[in-house]
Amino acid sequence: SSHEHKLNFRKSKEACLSYIQDALLQKQWKRAAEFLTCYVESLEKDYSREHVSPSEMIWRIGTEILWHHSQSSMKEFNCFMEQMKTLGVKRYLKVCLEHVFHLLCNGQIDEAYQNLSLAESWRFGEQTAIQDKEMKLIQAYRGLLDYYSWSKKKNILLEHGEDGFSDLAVEQEMHGYFRKAAVNLKEIIKIPGVWDLFVKCYVDLLEFYGDHNEARQVLNEYAYNSKFPANPNAHVYLYQFLKRQGESKKSLISALKILHDIVPSHELMIDFNTMLQKSKKRKKRRLGLEVIFAALDYAGWKENAKAWSCLARQVKQIVISEKHLDWIKQEWNPRKDWWPAFHFSRYLAKRNWQENKSLSYEKALVAGILLGKDCKYFKYVSHQGCKAQLKRFRVLKKFVNRHNPVCLRISG
Amino acid sequence: RDFNERCAQCSDVNWGLTDGGRFYCRSCHNITERTREVVNTDFITNSRVQTISKGSRKQEKNDGGCEWYICEGFQLVLKKQAEALEALGVCPQMKDEVLCNFWRCYLQKSKQAYCKKPAGETVKALSVCESSTDVDSDPERPSLLHLLSLSESEGDLQTDCSFASSLSKVSESTSVYSGSVDGSLYLMKNQKEKLRMTMPMTLSFCYMALLWMREPITLSELLRFVVEGHIPYLNVFQHFPEKMKLCGLDLKIFCVESWPVYEDVFNKMHELAAFLDLPRFPDVTDSCFLHPDMLCMKYLMEANLPDELHNWTCRVVKKIGIGEVDFLTVMPGNKSTRKVKYDVLAAAVIVVVLKLLFLLDDRYEWLLSEFAEERNRNNTEGGPYFEFKKWYEVVKHALDVEQKKLDEERAKYLWRCEKPLFYSVKNKSKVLKRRQMVVNLQNQFGKLSGSVRRAEKPNPSSFQLSWSEENTDGSCFHGHSLKGILKEKCGLLTAMNPDYWLCTVKLCNEKLCGHLAHYKEVEFPQSYHFVLGLFSFLLRIQPSYIHDEVCMIEHKLFNKKLCKKLKYNTVLRK
Repeated sequence: SSHEHKLNFRKSKEACLSYIQDALLQKQWKRAAEFLTCYVESLEKDYSREHVSPSEMIWRIGTEILWHHSQSSMKEFNCFMEQMKTLGVKRYLKVCLEHVFHLLCNGQIDEAYQNLSLAESWRFGEQTAIQDKEMKLIQAYRGLLDYYSWSKKKNILLEHGEDGFSDLAVEQEMHGYFRKAAVNLKEIIKIPGVWDLFVKCYVDLLEFYGDHNEARQVLNEYAYNSKFPANPNAHVYLYQFLKRQGESKKSLISALKILHDIVPSHELMIDFNTMLQKSKKRKKRRLGLEVIFAALDYAGWKENAKAWSCLARQVKQIVISEKHLDWIKQEWNPRKDWWPAFHFSRYLAKRNWQENKSLSYEKALVAGILLGKDCKYFKYVSHQGCKAQLKRFRVLKKFVNRHNPVCLRISG
Repeated sequence: RDFNERCAQCSDVNWGLTDGGRFYCRSCHNITERTREVVNTDFITNSRVQTISKGSRKQEKNDGGCEWYICEGFQLVLKKQAEALEALGVCPQMKDEVLCNFWRCYLQKSKQAYCKKPAGETVKALSVCESSTDVDSDPERPSLLHLLSLSESEGDLQTDCSFASSLSKVSESTSVYSGSVDGSLYLMKNQKEKLRMTMPMTLSFCYMALLWMREPITLSELLRFVVEGHIPYLNVFQHFPEKMKLCGLDLKIFCVESWPVYEDVFNKMHELAAFLDLPRFPDVTDSCFLHPDMLCMKYLMEANLPDELHNWTCRVVKKIGIGEVDFLTVMPGNKSTRKVKYDVLAAAVIVVVLKLLFLLDDRYEWLLSEFAEERNRNNTEGGPYFEFKKWYEVVKHALDVEQKKLDEERAKYLWRCEKPLFYSVKNKSKVLKRRQMVVNLQNQFGKLSGSVRRAEKPNPSSFQLSWSEENTDGSCFHGHSLKGILKEKCGLLTAMNPDYWLCTVKLCNEKLCGHLAHYKEVEFPQSYHFVLGLFSFLLRIQPSYIHDEVCMIEHKLFNKKLCKKLKYNTVLRK
């Protein structure tokens, strides 16, 4: 390859950056530092037309190096961050925030809190208004740390309570933290976004102080406000809250319905199916079947014995009653081309039998019903089971044989 | 030049130097007893006849600075460069006589000194006093932005604009746009007429002086020494005395942010020689270092090629007449002859010789190599025959290592120095703060670089690659024999290779498109590309320049055959 023998400032620094990049990717921190040392003089040149300025590069690269380098201390790191804060006023709050994250990762909660407070009091002309978003984040994280302090005080109180002591001072402090935390947490979750941790903490606070209405409102907003991005966790939180509150099955089910739509493979689908199966309403039971089939479409559920037992119970019940066989047919139709290879191969039969007898039992039941008594899976497992003289497998075999005509109607 | 006294006879201040080094008054030719040695050469003040519009110039300004002219700055630069060259072994005459006189001649021709006040021109720096405070209202005065754009150095548009806008409101004092007196005037001058001085041109001056003295430094070497830091160029202004304050437009003139380019320095040198009306340069004879025979020997050694090849380079040189004194010696102002690039020429000769002997068509040379290898295996008596393959492997490896080092050095190159530069007093504090931050960061991350300390400037060396015959691993090919590829014919040694391929059948018109030929890597054999690449690395120039010379040599060599067989295919029989 031909090498340029011309060189100017910019090309030289471009080359320098690519060496830094290579070194970072290969985690060669010493080498990255070596090249960064040569790069920093870019600060003395005007790059205002470029997309990314050298000061931002140096901030980000320097952070990475100092964070990972074996000889770098937190003291050096902090000193560097302080320098970076002075470098670019347009980035000031962002740098503060990232600094705080690093402090938290290092377990320095108090320092992090100090930095957040300091950043919160920062004012710089019109920049303050421009960096409004970062400011809100800073306040939110301070709120989070206040929650954390509140939590610690609460635990102390609970301990003392057990011992029979009551501690007014600690209680006062606890309430103080609550107030500070609540204000900031409430503010941030108003903005459309993903605020899982903040929401959880805020709800925890509200529940502790008995403000269940506010908690419910917050969670509903978080889950159902269309301005907020679709977030499965929002529905999970709402569901868990409703459960804690002892709400009716109806509201629990409606909370989980959306979760099923967004994430059919969610672990709560088992709970969902269980609730739906028991429902008196036909529609709900129908939904239950749909839910459990949909969950088992996912590879992560293949060896989930509980899920299979849910499915097994439901299809068994349907077969025995001989009502709503068309439900099974509807669910099975789009799956009959690939489920046999996916779940019910001979190889899986052997493996399941070896590793988890309960799993193979449930699956065999389902296989026997959906595919008939002659299917590979059922034959193998039931044969093995009978050979091992396990009672339930004998029962299983009899059941499937007896109901075979019905099964044929399903698979036909 | 440093002499400020008034002449005893005519009271003028217009001194020149006799050959004996004595001062004489140009107005009345009165010779003094004062000789050059007496005068202090540290800071050369300007004793020009013409004065600034304000009268005799002030020595001291408020900030401890004094007035200085751009050409004084360049004079200092040249002085430093010449001193560095002297330290490298160049004889002092080059600095004390040759370069000095070239410079004075230039100053005279460009009417910056040593002459009466040039007709119609006043040294009125772009000052904002006297007349209106609004610079833009005067239609004759070029706008500052225009001046800034005239300079060749890299533009910092933001800084330029803010600088310009910050000054448009100033209403007093002279020379606000630059630390020097005539910074703005300097940029304003019409380039074509007066051959305005630039930083790269200082190297042209040096090269011209070296050439005049026939010193054993080629242009490519000179430029390499500049890049390696042995010759002041980058940030040379840090050697200016404290009193000479640099700011504003001076930065555009003296700050360099790119490596000097061979072509530019070379062309400028010839322009300069013509401009100065220099006579024919001292002869470049065959005992001179710059003669192709000498340079070929050096490059053959450096390229780890057998010494025997030297016979062949000499033969080619002789055959096409490029060893003739008249061909090699510089004749300023002669537009018809092609200007000789001694280093490139020598490298090209070697390339042609390699093509003659090895063909370099990606097949024949490997074939020859196999024969040589077999012979070497079976016959360990007598010296080894030269094996192209082995040579290629050894040299490629070394080249790759050096290239990698060079690439890293390019990336690690430091452009700034401790002496900070500011456009104006206004942004001085900002600049100083930035510098402090840069130094802090350099310290912090420098410590984390581990034991890898920035290597001290390597000692300047004429050879970048060196091979020792004492190495028992056989990696030195100087003593290897070419017997395997030569045969005798009528008492004369000739190559076994009967063929040759021309790089190009028709040469381009250099004046129109700048090149004799256009080199594209994919159109030529890999071996050829490798050889070009080797010399491209050694000389630090693009392979296409060497390719041009190769084409030129080939056309001279096969001139007769070409004339006869222009329409036939490019493979010729020798």
